[in-house]
Amino acid sequence: MKKPFDLNAEYQPEHFKFSEKYQKLADKAIALYPKGKQQSAVMPLLDLAQRQVAEEGAKATPVYGGWIPRAAMDHIAEVLDMHKVKVYEVASFYSMYNTAPVGQYLVQFCTTTPCWLCGSSDIVNACKNHLGIDLGETTKDGKFTLMEVECLGACVNAPMIQINDDYYEDLTAASVVEVLEVLAQGLKPQIGSQTGRKSSMSSAGPTTLKEEAKKAKVV
Amino acid sequence: MPKVTINNMEIEVEQGTSILQAAETIGVEIPRFCYHDRLSVPANCRMCLVEVEGGPPKPVASCAMACSDGMVVKTESEMVKKARKGVMEMLLINHPLDCPICDQGGECDLQDQAYGYGFDRSRFHENKRAVKDKDLGPLIKTVMTRCINCTRCVRFAEEIAGTPVLGQFNRGEDAEIGTYINEIVNTELSGNLVDICPVGALTSKPYAFKARSWELEKTETIDVHDAVGSNIRVDSRGREVMRILPRLHEEVNEEWISDRSRYSYDGLAKSRLDRPFVRDEESGKLREADWNEAFDLIKARLSGLKGEEIAAFAGDLADVESVVALKDFMTSLGSPNMDCRTDGAYFDETKRAGYLFNSGISGIDEADAILLVGTNPRHEATIINARIRRAWLERKIPISLVGEAVDLTYPYVHLGDFPKSVENLVKEYAGKVKSKKPMMIVGMNAFRRPDGQAIHGMLQEAAEDLGIVKKGWNGFNILHDAAGRVGALDVGFVPQKGGKGFADILAGTKDGSIKVLFMLNADEFNARVNVGWKTFVVYIGHHGDHGAQRADVVLPSAAYTEKDALYVNTEGRVQMAKRAVSPPGDARVDWTILRAISNHIDKPLPYDSQHELRDRVFEEWPHLSKIDQIELAKWGKFGKKTRIQKDAFAGNALGYYLTNAICRASPTMNKCTQAFKQDIEYKEAAE
Repeated sequence: MKKPFDLNAEYQPEHFKFSEKYQKLADKAIALYPKGKQQSAVMPLLDLAQRQVAEEGAKATPVYGGWIPRAAMDHIAEVLDMHKVKVYEVASFYSMYNTAPVGQYLVQFCTTTPCWLCGSSDIVNACKNHLGIDLGETTKDGKFTLMEVECLGACVNAPMIQINDDYYEDLTAASVVEVLEVLAQGLKPQIGSQTGRKSSMSSAGPTTLKEEAKKAKVV
Repeated sequence: MPKVTINNMEIEVEQGTSILQAAETIGVEIPRFCYHDRLSVPANCRMCLVEVEGGPPKPVASCAMACSDGMVVKTESEMVKKARKGVMEMLLINHPLDCPICDQGGECDLQDQAYGYGFDRSRFHENKRAVKDKDLGPLIKTVMTRCINCTRCVRFAEEIAGTPVLGQFNRGEDAEIGTYINEIVNTELSGNLVDICPVGALTSKPYAFKARSWELEKTETIDVHDAVGSNIRVDSRGREVMRILPRLHEEVNEEWISDRSRYSYDGLAKSRLDRPFVRDEESGKLREADWNEAFDLIKARLSGLKGEEIAAFAGDLADVESVVALKDFMTSLGSPNMDCRTDGAYFDETKRAGYLFNSGISGIDEADAILLVGTNPRHEATIINARIRRAWLERKIPISLVGEAVDLTYPYVHLGDFPKSVENLVKEYAGKVKSKKPMMIVGMNAFRRPDGQAIHGMLQEAAEDLGIVKKGWNGFNILHDAAGRVGALDVGFVPQKGGKGFADILAGTKDGSIKVLFMLNADEFNARVNVGWKTFVVYIGHHGDHGAQRADVVLPSAAYTEKDALYVNTEGRVQMAKRAVSPPGDARVDWTILRAISNHIDKPLPYDSQHELRDRVFEEWPHLSKIDQIELAKWGKFGKKTRIQKDAFAGNALGYYLTNAICRASPTMNKCTQAFKQDIEYKEAAE
């Protein structure tokens, strides 16, 4: 579940401005929509704000992850000429917008039925024990936040987690800790299936179109 | 135009009419929560489901589905009933069963519809949700757990009030209505949020736990807190006004009223004058007296005076009958000194078109450009401001303002603060205005200055030059802010031949040429400072406010909820206020007090009953007998051609909540002033 947020909290920075790089991307997003309908760009702009904060957070000590401060939402409301409250509504609705500070790596566990049947509880517990924090909490060094979410649509490769933009699938209690350890060292673990299977192919290897699979060199 | 069949009745409706609206025209009622005919259509409550034959094999939301030709709609079929029962069961999952302690109980849409579609037990075994209450200021009480997320309040705040501070946050089970940063709802229309809330989530804070709706006596009357003449319903119990609600009048207030009209009623029970007072000669303080003593004193002070040494004011809340009685009384004393413009406004009152809202309030719906001069309609006539806002929202008409730049809830072009700004506009655009129905709205602040008459003349010419007045359209509108003003002007309560006006009378009290001054409900100016202490002042009114503090004799009269009286609103519409409760203590209806004084000095006024008085009024001013009608005024030249000073138009010093004696006595209105001022400070601190 999304972290509860408070727009009057102390952690809210006073100002927000798009950096040059993100301003260009924002202009591009706004230009996609007809004049007078620029409000449609609210979602891409919120995403850009979150990414900019993540970039800044990676360089800060302690590190932090991408989230959208109130100042950013106010700034976006101004840029798009819409009411502030409408931006807050959008930001609070979607689970992928973080409206409160998170760790550099936001670990989202899918615990919906297919993942749960395949042992997502073990995955969650392994991470909790490894990091020493509970769901909804952030490690002291600011690196990890754990979060429980609903189905992320990768049920074939259950159990799975999402960390920032990437999926890590076919996990076991051991492999998920490995992923976290690699991330903690500042390296990039292998994304996708941790057992080496290709996308969502059957775990026992291809069952149909075997010739084509060979030709494509996926087995 | 599409023809539809609803419950075997065929009707033809206009393109774009929804099924719900079409059903309403033939008297088929469809239950709804989120749909409101003056707000946008979100279709999120799903209560208005109907079956459309040949359509998709599922019920459709009738509020959002437009009629198309040949549609066959059933609103009472088994499928519909089942669907509505399902919706109702879902709405009731989280709704608390606290109707017995809920202020909405007895007039609640959810309660009513649960009788039709509710299930007598719950099949929901999980935890119920609870939502934290929000602080929406001193007028609205929230019990957010009762909220069914219909979003009517969100849409009202955004669309009608123009102060979008409410929103729906989060999603699914966590969805809740709130303001984003605990900001209170800073709009003069917030009371209407209580009316549109279909459940008990938003209720009136001052009325909380005071009464049940079915035990109140309901009186349909007229509001006097501004010159709009909003139609209201006064709910009373015994001698106490318990609450005030709006009444539908499409051409005046639609179904909204402003907060001052709705919430100032607690002032009717505070600082009331309930017996006569006279000023003790020794101590110089007011002491209780009986009517005869007061009348004897007046008689003694009047004896031997010439007509020119007597004067009278009629204030903001004075009704037509009392003003006529006062005028007749002054005439019998031979005095030409009288004025009803106790706010210090100077304008030419000889032409009726010169002081009316000529296009009518509903004329705003036709106007295609609006020029505001020296007015803040948001404070002076909130309901009219809401109409201007709608004109901007729906038709994007250009609006410009000359005068103090304030937040009017819609964007406008600020042309300047000075009379010169209007003259410049005329120079630039005379004869070149492309709008077909341009409108000028002039507030009293344009005239509250010594050169008011000259400004009046200048605006008259500007109106002609800018095409605001032409054949078939008169967009020259004066926006009064006092309920009694137009009525008093209509009956000519202005300086008679050779008589003195407001400023001259006040000057006369200082230099001793005015010996006796009658003040009828005149509380708009600080009488202790402005009326000379040698003058003998008789105050007739209902609150111990500015007038009574200065008076030598105080005669207690009835407030607007306590008398049958005529009022004329700013557009010239004659409306009748009805007595809802009786006046407190010894207080009497104003005109009967004047009748009694006249009898005491042996110059009795020629009417003994309200009927006879009204006959007298209707005989001289026949247009006043046409209730709820507007007598159109003929255009002509008015105002003076004297020099206009360079000074800027003044702003509104009084604010919104404390503009008359009733409001100033009201604890709720005082709380509002505090709350909303704090809000201003908070914002300044944040910046």
